[in-house]
Amino acid sequence: MHQFTIEPLFGSGHWSIAGYNIAFTNSALWMAIATVALFIFVAGGSKRQLVPGRWQMAVETFTGFIDGMLAANVGPNGKKYVPYIFSLFMFILFANVLGLLPIGVFGVHAFTFTSHFSATGVLAVMSFAIVLIVGFAKHKLHFFSLFVPHGTPAMMVVPIFFVELVSFLVRPFSLGLRLFVAMMAGHVLLEVLSSFVIDSGNANIGLFAIAGVPSFILMVGICALELLVAGIQAYVFALLTCVYLNDAENLH
Amino acid sequence: MDAEAAKLLGAGFAAIGAGLASIGVGNVFAKFLEGALRNPGAADAQQGRLFIGFAGAELLGLLSFVIAALLIFAA
Repeated sequence: MHQFTIEPLFGSGHWSIAGYNIAFTNSALWMAIATVALFIFVAGGSKRQLVPGRWQMAVETFTGFIDGMLAANVGPNGKKYVPYIFSLFMFILFANVLGLLPIGVFGVHAFTFTSHFSATGVLAVMSFAIVLIVGFAKHKLHFFSLFVPHGTPAMMVVPIFFVELVSFLVRPFSLGLRLFVAMMAGHVLLEVLSSFVIDSGNANIGLFAIAGVPSFILMVGICALELLVAGIQAYVFALLTCVYLNDAENLH
Repeated sequence: MDAEAAKLLGAGFAAIGAGLASIGVGNVFAKFLEGALRNPGAADAQQGRLFIGFAGAELLGLLSFVIAALLIFAA
């Protein structure tokens, strides 16, 4: 699976922190590209014209979408999280879509850094940390009442506490794992299908007609599905972060 | 049984989980559509819950993929 290998581009010789090499890898390069693309996208739409053009309209649609999501899931207290959720959603969306770009035909290999657990895991831990910090800062130790829902019978308090605790602690893993596996599975699927096309084409013309051509048609469809998945996964990541923030802001 | 063969068999069995999760994801959207067609006015407000349900059902299928990948590449 060559497309998933992380290669140092420069700085592998002497850049290190506490003994760990911090070379600038292709993963870091595509993170930087996603950030720059996102910056250009938002800067181009921030002209604040009275009658918005197409570009401003595109940016405002996204910010309005995130604003609406927070208002629906967290309520009026959610307004202050719009910058974080917007950055999170757009960064993941740009990363997923940039990784799907067919620029391989020009010899440049797109790298989807969201197909690595180290990248998505950090994003998930960041969301989880914000939930913990906000929850404990706002409700102090009362935050633990999150683990015992209202109306729990006295007998069930202890078992429910542990069940809720586990379901709370597993959140950063499920959040990071979902994005990472969804992106990796899609790319592996495309690679397997393309290997069908190439191998059957190398074998003989009959096999190519039976296996290669249908695989290629399927690949086109799967590519469209992957674009959908790229959007849905970014949306789900942002949405679940909103839901978790709601727990921290309002308990339940 | 050869250990390598058992690993690959286990990875294949893990794929059953992915198939079952697809039933779950289909159920989530089918039930949503069923409800949405009965009461289209309330449908838009429930889209967030739809995707939370989708994410929950999908995660379990993805976990079976992780198990298969672990069996093949890591175990």
